[in-house]
Amino acid sequence: MFEIIKPGLFTTIQDLGRSGYQKFGMAVSGSADHYAHRMANILVGNRQSAAVLEVTLLGLRMKALADHVIAVTGGDLAFKINGALAPMWTSLKVKKGDMIDFTHCQSGCRAYMSIAGGVAVPKVLGSRSTDTIGKIGGIEGRPLQKGDVLPVEKQLLHRFQGIRRRLPASFIPKYENTIHVRIVPGPQESAFTKEAMDGFLSSSYTVSKDIDRMACRLEGPTIEHVEGADITSEGIFTGAIQVPRNGQPIVFLVGRQSIGGYTKIGGVITVDQPKLAQAKPGDRITFEKVTIDEAHALLKEQEKTFSVLTAVCMDKG
Amino acid sequence: MKFKYKPAGDSAILMDCGNGMNEETNKRLVHLADLIETKEKEGFGEVIIGYQSVLVQYDPLRLTYNQAVDKLTSLEKEADTGSCQERRLVEIPVLYGGEHGPDLERVAQHNGLSIEEVITIHSQSRYLVYFLGFTPGYPFMGGMPKEIATPRLESPRFSIPPGSVAIAKEQTGIYPVPSPGGWNLIGNTPLRLYSPEENNPFLLNAGDRVIFKAIQIEEYNFIKAQVEKGMYQMETRNEQIGMR
Repeated sequence: MFEIIKPGLFTTIQDLGRSGYQKFGMAVSGSADHYAHRMANILVGNRQSAAVLEVTLLGLRMKALADHVIAVTGGDLAFKINGALAPMWTSLKVKKGDMIDFTHCQSGCRAYMSIAGGVAVPKVLGSRSTDTIGKIGGIEGRPLQKGDVLPVEKQLLHRFQGIRRRLPASFIPKYENTIHVRIVPGPQESAFTKEAMDGFLSSSYTVSKDIDRMACRLEGPTIEHVEGADITSEGIFTGAIQVPRNGQPIVFLVGRQSIGGYTKIGGVITVDQPKLAQAKPGDRITFEKVTIDEAHALLKEQEKTFSVLTAVCMDKG
Repeated sequence: MKFKYKPAGDSAILMDCGNGMNEETNKRLVHLADLIETKEKEGFGEVIIGYQSVLVQYDPLRLTYNQAVDKLTSLEKEADTGSCQERRLVEIPVLYGGEHGPDLERVAQHNGLSIEEVITIHSQSRYLVYFLGFTPGYPFMGGMPKEIATPRLESPRFSIPPGSVAIAKEQTGIYPVPSPGGWNLIGNTPLRLYSPEENNPFLLNAGDRVIFKAIQIEEYNFIKAQVEKGMYQMETRNEQIGMR
């Protein structure tokens, strides 16, 4: 168990999302960065979907109320144990009374802290993820507050429980201030002129101050529509790049609403969505077009990595 | 009905029929979405209905884009030969005007009607829930008479209370959770459109018919007390609708 001493800017409990309720208008929720979330769980021997903490930019301080094994991945938010910088992408033992801090942002935007066993808040509509609009999941459907206590599931011990793990450097993403993401055009690419599409793919966009779990809002060269930005409302998806009337793109993340009424020029491919979850105000984004088959090949490659790492870390003996 | 298939990122497909917003299209989309959810579980995920489209998630680790399109195309044919369906008619009690409907007078003035006429027109129409979206359980409804259409407020409210019944342009809506918005508030229902603690958290569903029933404050309070204790039983009945 951990006690929240300072909640930080915006800290929530997230698993990999709430599925099956988008058609009722619910957000999918879940960690914005699935890659960092899954790696954090693998490092402590959890199921990849176990609930973790998503820490945004800075300010979280908490105290361990018992001995635990944890791992911190994602954006580098100056993660400290008892005031000393501690290694990320590594499983660590914390002792009862240890103080954990995330003091400031050095790179990326969101850090993920897994706890061996997983955060044990009750599932609501099939998920532990916090949805601050539907006000469900996590603790009372809200960001963490001072005084909250994080319950932790008892972990099934296996033979080599005490052996720590780290992630090889080649699997650790670098969070730069210029972020390159790949997209698949559609579903409304024909609502834009060819010049607009070319301009979009050759320009860079700045992440605005207005970021949250719903969307990453961008500022840059105007993307011109052929006729207009309005469409009859339709379902939207994670990574969708919506371009409303003002021609400034908005990329939807996991906290988005399920329906939208503006044209979408493309969708960020699954393996690149974590990069947008780590984009912070002032970062620059560039876009590149790939085919659906290329996107699928990249995803298969990534999933192979996850299976291998999971097999190595889960002792089935 | 003929669909165009469009990629929506690398793990969803938008099936777009281009027919615009109408009841016949909605009936078919609801039927198609139901078929996808019940018959094509392997490799497919969530389905979201829009005015003239269905967004379908698929698992790229199990299906290529073309395989997914092929499977959906055969379901599309099956949906075309669909038979009779039932549609639910839901009665929603509303306390019009007063503190819960601060913009009722504005709607009346804008349309040159009396307050009573606005209530009569709003509560004597039948509405269709095209789909849910925007916030949990929020119904996108059609069928409001043009006589009470009213533009959005100049400056949106910071927070609209749950249960608010509102009008913007030619649409009417009901707010399930507190949200900001510039719609004209004309009343409030004691019913909850979103109750996450219930087995079925959502009062309405795509394809439902809705009628509003004007009630007075005593009945409003009586129903609200029952709703709060989870003891209110909503008035519904089923209607047969044919598929052409």
